[in-house]
Amino acid sequence: MGRYVARRLLLMIPVLIGASFLIFWMVYALPGDPIRALGGDRPLPPAVVAQLREDFNLNDPLLVQYAKYVGGLLQGDFGTAFNGRPVIDTITQRLPVTIRLALVAIGFEIVIGILAGILAGIRRGSYFDNLVLVSTTFVVSIPVFVLGFIAQYTLGLKLGIFPIAGVNEGLYSYILPGLVLASLSLAYVARLTRTSLAENVRNDYVRTARAKGLKPSVVIGKHTLRNSLIPVVTFIGADLGALLGGAIVTESVFNIPGLGRAVYDGVRNQEGVLVVGIVTMFVFFYIFFNLLVDLLYAVLDPRIRYE
Amino acid sequence: MSNREPDFGGAPSVTAAPERPEEQKAAETAVAHVGGALRQTSLWSDAWRQLRRNPFFVVGGLMFLTFTAMAVVPKLFTRIDPRACDISNSAQGPSADAWFGYDVYGCDYYANVIYGARKSMSIGLITIIGVLIIGLVVGALSGYYGGWTDSVLARITDVFYGLPLILGALVLLSVLTTRGVWQISLALIVFGWMTAMRLVRATVVSVKEADYVQAARALGSSTRRVLSRHILPNAVAPLLVYSTIAVGGIIAAEATLSFLGIGLQRPAFSWGLQIDASQNRLRDAAHLLLFPSLFLSLTVLSFILMGDALRDALDPKLR
Amino acid sequence: MADTTTILEPGTGGGSTAPVLEVDDLHVEFRTDRGVVNAVNGISYTVGQHETLAILGESGSGKSVSAQAIMGILDTPPGFVTHGAIRFRGDDMLKMPAGQQRKIRGPGISIVFQDALSSLNPVFTVGHQIAEMFRAHRGTSRQEAKAHAIELMERVRIPAAAQRVNDYPHQFSGGMRQRVMIAMSLALDPEILIADEPTTALDVTVQAQIMELLKDLQRQTGMGLVLITHDLGVVNEVADRVAVMYAGKIVETGNIDEVFSLPAHPYTEGLMASVPHAETKGTRLHPITGQPPNLAAIPPGCSFHPRCPRARFGDLALPGRECAHDVPPLREVLPGRESACHYSEELLDG
Repeated sequence: MGRYVARRLLLMIPVLIGASFLIFWMVYALPGDPIRALGGDRPLPPAVVAQLREDFNLNDPLLVQYAKYVGGLLQGDFGTAFNGRPVIDTITQRLPVTIRLALVAIGFEIVIGILAGILAGIRRGSYFDNLVLVSTTFVVSIPVFVLGFIAQYTLGLKLGIFPIAGVNEGLYSYILPGLVLASLSLAYVARLTRTSLAENVRNDYVRTARAKGLKPSVVIGKHTLRNSLIPVVTFIGADLGALLGGAIVTESVFNIPGLGRAVYDGVRNQEGVLVVGIVTMFVFFYIFFNLLVDLLYAVLDPRIRYE
Repeated sequence: MSNREPDFGGAPSVTAAPERPEEQKAAETAVAHVGGALRQTSLWSDAWRQLRRNPFFVVGGLMFLTFTAMAVVPKLFTRIDPRACDISNSAQGPSADAWFGYDVYGCDYYANVIYGARKSMSIGLITIIGVLIIGLVVGALSGYYGGWTDSVLARITDVFYGLPLILGALVLLSVLTTRGVWQISLALIVFGWMTAMRLVRATVVSVKEADYVQAARALGSSTRRVLSRHILPNAVAPLLVYSTIAVGGIIAAEATLSFLGIGLQRPAFSWGLQIDASQNRLRDAAHLLLFPSLFLSLTVLSFILMGDALRDALDPKLR
Repeated sequence: MADTTTILEPGTGGGSTAPVLEVDDLHVEFRTDRGVVNAVNGISYTVGQHETLAILGESGSGKSVSAQAIMGILDTPPGFVTHGAIRFRGDDMLKMPAGQQRKIRGPGISIVFQDALSSLNPVFTVGHQIAEMFRAHRGTSRQEAKAHAIELMERVRIPAAAQRVNDYPHQFSGGMRQRVMIAMSLALDPEILIADEPTTALDVTVQAQIMELLKDLQRQTGMGLVLITHDLGVVNEVADRVAVMYAGKIVETGNIDEVFSLPAHPYTEGLMASVPHAETKGTRLHPITGQPPNLAAIPPGCSFHPRCPRARFGDLALPGRECAHDVPPLREVLPGRESACHYSEELLDG
């Protein structure tokens, strides 16, 4: 197990380097003027442009640029927005909000998704199973922002159950946006759990468990479930990326003052540095989270530990 | 064909069993993948028969055809010019003259929504083709050659996996000056090819040790031929299922990017843009949100329905 | 409840000669989209203490299905038991409530499957899976159950059992894994052990070891052993009696040496003739002509008649014994031997 952990840690490093280099390359190395790319159409006097070129090390060779860029990142310097505010300040200020939203969403995803999937999977063809299948199909088809508006309109505006914007009511205000954010992922998790369970139930070792005279609840709950959840766990890890992208949309629809909203505003205001900085942070977080998922995977599936 | 249970009529009683059952299972899977023309055609004809009878596929397929028609020949659905706007009609609701009402500029909304199909479907088509090309090439090379090639390509794939689709596309599009159909497709391809690659690679790896592949190689077939004629046809079914569902996701992604302002730009017709524009008129002009949302969702739904039905029809285990 | 030390004591040999397991006129069908498949069409057999019954048949003969029906692991749907009884110590299991049936499986009747790798749960240690038998059926504590598991692993001759008890199935070789399965099935000292093709997936040398192990264990415990296989060589050394199955029916039963040396059914005769011997090296092989029957469309009359070299049709057939029309009953043709052929006597004489 120790070797597995070490291997995954080691493998994470080139991915971090590669991903950060990819972002860096897109912004600074593609043909065109990075300043203009980051700043959009805003008119900048030549003196400012020259200063910015100096700040971004654009006069250095590419690899040196990258090295300084990474050096900055490691020290927490994610750049400075055109409005003068260091990106790291925006990050530290808004991160807790986004984390709360993400946790609520992941909570919904896991609890509702897996539960629905289990109930549907063990009763294949039943009313509930068909209900889950149909509803998840619809949810998956509706983009997050559309769902957000619908939810905001019906549950917020018309029925008044949830606040339609902001985080003024504490954790309660995270429920609707969290649910909306989780919706797509939740639907996938439910379907995946359902399929995985239904497939695993036909496995030989489940047959053995029955032949051993074990109770049906043990056969399903212990023998089948753990094996079935393995792909689900993997999915949840990979899905965080979609969740982060969805957070941008959800926070903008529900006007939640998190990092997602900051990205949205940054795009609108042509604050390229802010956008890139926050996205970079998201990416690091995502890669690290997937490492944790990989480790959890090894806990669930012993075969992996000895690879 | 299994050498576990010989035909009782002829084989000797003591069988030479394989070393490990897992190898046998893998071999049997490969044999089940037998690329004989006979076996493939029976898979497809059986699948088609099953699909025809599947109401979800039929409904999804009809919707797909409708939206495709909308994209290719919008004039079939409306004669009205979506840019012929009269500001005095601003944000009016549906009526007999304007089925979907008018947008904030007084343009006929029905026409706008119909024309919105084209860019979405185009991006969907271009992106999936790009994804499949890259996925096939990288996946086939990685799976077939293994070793260093595989390791390097796998690491590169991991790096790209580290950048989620929306986030990566966001960064790329924010540094591009124009944001048209091709740029958006490029962004989605660059950050979306990895799943197709893994699918192809998995297929190649599982099939390349099969007997008929070894036979082809022994007969001197070039790598390209072995891959294209013997190995990759096995990937067609899973890739087809994946592609169908993926196009739905691509269209949703484009709409999301346009909604965020980083995708298609005004005055292009895009459901994402239309939904974005409808945001602050939710209270009094809900129709502005409703119709593009409906069309967008139904389009994505059509792909999902077809994809699900295809998966069920082509999955040998469910037969 | 049973003393937990009984696993190490030899079974009380002798005792009653009443069969422990009795399968009576069992019918199993599979209802599929493409029609009904008659997998088992009225088979009956008994197994008592110390006995080894071999059920011999090719794939598709229905031999595994009857075992699955006994162990309650028939895929339902599409499989259904449509007729018959399965009696354990006189009580029909098919008529018992599910909870009662479960109490028999494991402690009373146990099964060993062919592919130990897929039949063992990959995410639990072998020790855990063996110990589960004790914990689930007898409420034994974890520690005690684990100790029992180690004892059982030693009994099936797995070296370094005390360390290997914490290993996972994929860390064992094929033969060792099969021993784990056997240990698991023996845990609660069952009176009947069903071995469904236990050695088919193993190397030849390992096959012999496993069969020897099963035989030794049987001698120690006195349990009845049902050996399901298609492998004639394996069966010869180990079984007392044999039941030959074809197309879901038993076509011949009897003492194994007698049946093999002088078959009473053309199918068995064909099997014996098809086995190559060292003496016949260099001569042609004699397979049974034709194909096994499609169980969704079993031939009328005697299901073997299309392939039978001794079949009699039309004028050549004796009244009531037209092979394509009259179903031959399984009848006693010699003391202790049964055969389902209209013309068994001819076979036995000539």
